[in-house]
Amino acid sequence: MTKKILNIALADDDKDDRLLFKKAMDNLNVDTELSLFSDGLQLIDYLRSLDVKLPQVIFLDLNMPEMNGMECLKEIRADRTFDNVAIAIYSTSSSEMDIEATFIHGANVYINKPDSFDKLKQAIAKVVRLNWQYHTSRLDRDNFLLRI
Amino acid sequence: MKIHVKFDVDSICAKVLEHQLIALGHDYNLGRTGEVELLNQLTEAQQEKLIASFAAEGIFIIDDSTSKLVQRIKDCIAEMICSDTEVRCYTTSTYLSEKLNYSYSHLSNIFSENTLSSIENFVILKKVDYAKRLITEEELSFSEIAYKLKYSSSSHLSAQFKKTTGLTPSTFQHLINKRKEVRLKMGSRT
Repeated sequence: MTKKILNIALADDDKDDRLLFKKAMDNLNVDTELSLFSDGLQLIDYLRSLDVKLPQVIFLDLNMPEMNGMECLKEIRADRTFDNVAIAIYSTSSSEMDIEATFIHGANVYINKPDSFDKLKQAIAKVVRLNWQYHTSRLDRDNFLLRI
Repeated sequence: MKIHVKFDVDSICAKVLEHQLIALGHDYNLGRTGEVELLNQLTEAQQEKLIASFAAEGIFIIDDSTSKLVQRIKDCIAEMICSDTEVRCYTTSTYLSEKLNYSYSHLSNIFSENTLSSIENFVILKKVDYAKRLITEEELSFSEIAYKLKYSSSSHLSAQFKKTTGLTPSTFQHLINKRKEVRLKMGSRT
């Protein structure tokens, strides 16, 4: 198996959170190409643009201006082009209602924004590794749910 | 009218494969999942044609022996987990090394180097994946599922499920059912 470059996208309106995420990603020791967006609209525009290399995983913040995470999730899941893209909600909210609603509308992963850099790294690593298994091992993608 | 269908992926794929082989006029034996023995010697042109017409159907020939072995390990693990009776008494290591004729440590190293996972973790992942399928598709109780998957009790299954997915089996079941309702309402997906 040759080393593949992993495409990841993150939409988060908080600049510090984006930087932290990028730093964690760089620390992972996996070849990744990370695309960053500050709101949902930008992300959707990017996904719909011609010649886009679809990300394997999209990390989505819930509270964003313009288009929030939930609207963005619904928009992506209404389009079958994106069926093989995993969506990880990445939010400070630990409300059970939010968590349930995102899973029901097609999120694969729910991550409570961790309180330390190490935990963030571990969470991202877990998502990336598990997603890789879904790509390569004939696991049922419809049943890919993970809460961290 | 809307109906729901379930696919037996292995048998569909085997049929597509046979269809191609017959169309190309080759004599063959189908082995276990993904193994084809061609009974006549192929010329280079025939080989190219085979590769191309397979590729058109989304079938790719694995020629690198390491990824072939990794795939066979995964197939064996799936077989071990999903089969009902005969392999119940084996441990994973004995089962794999007897089936594949390599020492377990060799298999284990090859697997870890190529998959971002250990065999042990993969077995757990595959078991949980199978449990998810049983939870969503069959009308079995959690203790029946635990028995089928060779867990000592349903609380053991539940603990491993929670550790792997962050959700309990019943929360998972609830979410998947709700998701199906939402999709039905939206009407655009199954």
